[in-house]
Amino acid sequence: MLKIRRFEERAAQLYGMGHIGGFCHLYIGQEAVVVGVLMTIKKNDSVVTTYRDHGHMIARGLDPKRIMAELTGRENGYSSGKGGSMHMFSKENNFYGGHGIVGAQVPIGTGIAFTHKYKRDNNICRTYIGDGAMNNGQVFESFNLASLWKLPVLYIIENNKYGMGTSVDRAAAGTDLYKRGEAFGIKGDKIDGMNVFSVIKAADKAGKYVRSGKGPYILEVQTYRYRGHSMSDPAQYRTKKELELYKNQDPIEIAKNQMLKNNLFSEKELDNLNKKIIEEIKVAAEFALESNYPKNEELYTNVYV
Amino acid sequence: MSKEILMPALSPTMTEGNLTKWLVKKGQKVKAGDVIAEIETDKATMEVEAVDEGYVSELLFKEGDINIPVSKPIAIISQNIEKNQIKDKGKSINKKNTTSNFDENSQNKDLSHKKENLEDKDNPITASSNTITMRQAIRDTIAEEMRKNKDIFIMGEEVAEYQGAYKVTQGLLEEFGHKRVIDTPISEQGFTGLAIGSAFKGLRPIVEFMTFNFSMQAIDQIINSAAKTLYMSGGQINCPIVFRGPNGAASQVAAQHSQDFSSWYSHCPGLKVLAPSTPYNAKGLLRSAIKDNNPVIFLENEILYGLKGQLSKDNDFLIPIGTANIEKEGKDTTIVTYSIMLQKSLEAVKILEREFDLNVEVIDLQSLRPIDQGTIIESIKKTNRMVIVEESWPFASIGSEIVNIIQKEAFDYMDSPIIKVNSADVPMPYSSSLEKLYLPQVDDIVKAVKAVNYIT
Repeated sequence: MLKIRRFEERAAQLYGMGHIGGFCHLYIGQEAVVVGVLMTIKKNDSVVTTYRDHGHMIARGLDPKRIMAELTGRENGYSSGKGGSMHMFSKENNFYGGHGIVGAQVPIGTGIAFTHKYKRDNNICRTYIGDGAMNNGQVFESFNLASLWKLPVLYIIENNKYGMGTSVDRAAAGTDLYKRGEAFGIKGDKIDGMNVFSVIKAADKAGKYVRSGKGPYILEVQTYRYRGHSMSDPAQYRTKKELELYKNQDPIEIAKNQMLKNNLFSEKELDNLNKKIIEEIKVAAEFALESNYPKNEELYTNVYV
Repeated sequence: MSKEILMPALSPTMTEGNLTKWLVKKGQKVKAGDVIAEIETDKATMEVEAVDEGYVSELLFKEGDINIPVSKPIAIISQNIEKNQIKDKGKSINKKNTTSNFDENSQNKDLSHKKENLEDKDNPITASSNTITMRQAIRDTIAEEMRKNKDIFIMGEEVAEYQGAYKVTQGLLEEFGHKRVIDTPISEQGFTGLAIGSAFKGLRPIVEFMTFNFSMQAIDQIINSAAKTLYMSGGQINCPIVFRGPNGAASQVAAQHSQDFSSWYSHCPGLKVLAPSTPYNAKGLLRSAIKDNNPVIFLENEILYGLKGQLSKDNDFLIPIGTANIEKEGKDTTIVTYSIMLQKSLEAVKILEREFDLNVEVIDLQSLRPIDQGTIIESIKKTNRMVIVEESWPFASIGSEIVNIIQKEAFDYMDSPIIKVNSADVPMPYSSSLEKLYLPQVDDIVKAVKAVNYIT
């Protein structure tokens, strides 16, 4: 979580300096969701997510150096500088993006789960959905197909309260988003996404359900993004008071306090960990900025196999 | 008083039917609504009901008779069983002749003539065993490739239990089972995205769109996910998938169900686009498409499904993607065309030769992206005149791109401006008279070729 936080802060800094271009969606505030869910993942399980994907890649164990190199459009990036912030992939780590179109990753994740079932490999696909996508038609088409064919897909709704600048209650008729699977016979649950331990517990239960062959499951995780929708969003659609409310239940602080309380780490060890991470991210940023831009001839590669 | 039962038109593109079963006997009494026969159409086996009450006085065809033209009498129902059947029959046929021109203005007319010609030539009884329809060619190729590779599956609306909305997937369920022949809900965006995801993860789906009109529901997934992910992932994730189904106009199904997507999909890097025109190239191209590791759009044509043709002896042949076929060599003008317009172009060529002594070269593109520039350029260097014939709308069509290629690569070889023959630049009308006006006709092609030769 700390690594994601420090990475995103550095990404914001590099964006401000003009080293990162285009759209850049930060994950700050939501760290406990992906960390909690991916604590329960098995090596050959698949993941597919939205464009708010930097944290997802870090949590999947991918190299921050190469993620930052992608954000800065360099040849060492995970997509060789051709994908950028929103479109990053790592096939060897079963990470299938990083998708820029709201909702489009949902049928794709369902299809990856279809392959797991077709090949009977006992793996599952974790498919993340933003609250904004929960009003998009293809999501319901996917729910229908996944339930109809009992596909091993765990849908995780990251409900950060706003689809861009529109709050969930202004966009969704019925704000218990996980209940939208009920019509398709899909079980679901809503959990607190600011506490990583409760996320781990719920994700473990949901993952086991899906892996047992019972079909899909929907986990709605309540979370909050501290920053705007993207770098260019001043987030004036919400109050400072609301933001402070969530910052007071910061997922990193909650995890830290709980670990201290249970004597898992000492304060000093956590300080040292933070310093180590700051250094790692600094090195990642340097690596990215020292990396070359893609060669001109790369413009025409990877259009066809 | 007697009435004849005519071979009914049971689908928009049906021109003939097979009598699979009589459910009544001569002399039997029937009332309106009774099922009297089973007819196999180009799409399915359907029941035919009696419209009036009476006695079956004559069954004009026997079970198993095939290729009975639409509107031909198949049985006679009399009010009275004792009536003179021969007399009644004669009367009714005369009556029928006065109303038999219902099909006169249909855009199918030219083609059904063509189809008859072809079928005469390739008479199923006398032709060799490797004469098959386009429908069979596509079906067989899918089955052959599915036998070779267990990662191939086919998915779409009505592909399994129904045996295919156009019977293209007939028998596949029986051979490969529900795991690999998958009926989907009417949910194009969902199942298209799902199939793309499964391809990212290593399977090789064939997605059937009942018609390509419905692919618009899924076009975001086809372009934004299937076509672009290889590039966006820096070459990591490819998408070996075939999207296939009927494209273009059928017959009187009007604006939302009659349009050509060749230029839509060919516009997009990352996709390959094929448009077969014969059973032979359908087979060779589809095999290449299924083996390809990129997303391929395979644009079939409903009206061509019944077209018969010869296959090569080597059943396992491939036609490489990106190669055009010189269907007919010539020296005076080049016609570049693809899909169903190949047939109309060949008809026009006969007229041009017979009446105007013009020796026209006909290039069938087969592959729209990548396009075989070399063959097109070499041809105009020889003939110096070109007409492009396509069913699509004229604006920004494949033909528009060919004009660009020619002006860039063969500017000095042109003796006259290129003419494009396209459909009208309007949504497809329903009325058969307007539909005929909308679609390119043989006459339009003849006129265009005359014009590029300055023949008035």
